[in-house]
Amino acid sequence: MSLFDIAFYIIAVLTIASAIVVVSARNIIYSAFALLFTFFGVAGLYVLLNADFIAVTQVLIYVGGILVLIIFGIMLTTKFFDVPVRSEALHVGPAILVTGAIMGTLVGVVLKTKWFNVMNVQWENTTKKIGEKLMTDFLLPFEVASVVLLVALLGAVIIARREKF
Amino acid sequence: MQDFLNMLIASVIPLLFILVYAVVILWVEIKVASHVQDRLGYMYTGGFHGWAQPIADLLKLLTKEHITPVNSDKVLFTLAPVIVFASSYAAYAALPFTSTFVAANLNVGVFYIIAITSFVVIGILMAGWSSNNKYSMLGAMRSVAQIVSYEVPTALSILTVIVVAGTLNLQEICQMQKGGLFNWFIFKYPPFMFITFLIYFTASLAEVNRTPFDIPEAESELVAGYHTEYTGMKFAMFYLAEYANMFLVSGISAILFFGGWNSPFGDFMSGPAWGVFWFVLKGLFFVFLQIMLRWTLPRLRVDQLMYVSWKVLTPISFVNILIVGLWALLK
Repeated sequence: MSLFDIAFYIIAVLTIASAIVVVSARNIIYSAFALLFTFFGVAGLYVLLNADFIAVTQVLIYVGGILVLIIFGIMLTTKFFDVPVRSEALHVGPAILVTGAIMGTLVGVVLKTKWFNVMNVQWENTTKKIGEKLMTDFLLPFEVASVVLLVALLGAVIIARREKF
Repeated sequence: MQDFLNMLIASVIPLLFILVYAVVILWVEIKVASHVQDRLGYMYTGGFHGWAQPIADLLKLLTKEHITPVNSDKVLFTLAPVIVFASSYAAYAALPFTSTFVAANLNVGVFYIIAITSFVVIGILMAGWSSNNKYSMLGAMRSVAQIVSYEVPTALSILTVIVVAGTLNLQEICQMQKGGLFNWFIFKYPPFMFITFLIYFTASLAEVNRTPFDIPEAESELVAGYHTEYTGMKFAMFYLAEYANMFLVSGISAILFFGGWNSPFGDFMSGPAWGVFWFVLKGLFFVFLQIMLRWTLPRLRVDQLMYVSWKVLTPISFVNILIVGLWALLK
């Protein structure tokens, strides 16, 4: 096994194991903290695919932004107001049906697709290309996304600043 | 196998550096603190001005009992210091110590450092939550609110340098500033790069929770903040991470604005070995500055802290990046 394979298997096991903890933990704070390792593992997979910029962005946005917000949300509700936030298992039957169907489709797609096996690709600097593409071919989606984020920001501020509930 | 060995060596060098530097800076901090307050500080241990005191302190920390509070969350309580230290150590991978040594020559260097240090935030939250102590909890909350707010001016001021340099690779940024004092980025587009540096330095003080932004561990209000319940080596890990982070932000200051491993005299005293000397010297200078500030400035109030970040530093850095960007474009 090469170093690459070892790295891949370690990262894959980390990602899947922590993802199982995310969905199965009874205490929701454990789910949130386990999500840290899932995000980290996914970033690691991106690195192995030579997508360094995407990997770093993944860590910056999901760990530095979204996960912090999630944990803040849980902490502000559980520790200060004594509301136990626990995840329960509900509607087990329908859930198994739906997730089973999705998993079946995914496994089917994975097995049927002819995967490209790209070998010996030259390592390239992706940052510059991503920047150029965002400023030329994908300028409209980029701008629309920023407007959507601005609207969400304004909405959050208006809801949070409302004096009467 | 050879690859693996190379990686191991490349990753051990920054760790050794952090450990040695931490012992030295522990002594410097105490001595600076003492002299600022007009007293002597350590004088006995080891003979010369108590130089062996930090080693004795470390040995004491190593042999101390690990106390885990009964109602704490055992797993997260143990994991938190590891995550905090691991993330600041991981950031050292992209730091070019000299023209020939950087543990990982990443094309997204600065961006990687900004991203990986956000694990510190999660570690601090974990420590605060798992301690099951209101002071730890409040300290963690304050710390995270502070770090997240100050990430904005920090990132914007780093972005200003990126606009000038045109690359995210820290090694390339160093190479661009070759050829003496006046090629350093701090002297480019006067005085705007200098303003950028001031913003970065102020915001980075807040990022590493140093005075005047040390409200997360304000001892007079919060006992010790998020590491109130920690003892022994786990406490030492937080301490080590704090010092490692101090050098990290100082090192980034040195690289982005003061030429990194470049000699200030052009070709005189330059070369790989001198490179280490200059880089560490510049880094340590800013660490020293941080220590001096800690013992001279009072602490900010929470609302003042937010005011400084959102109403002063962020708007200035936005205007700054616009001006520098325009200037760089028109030139």
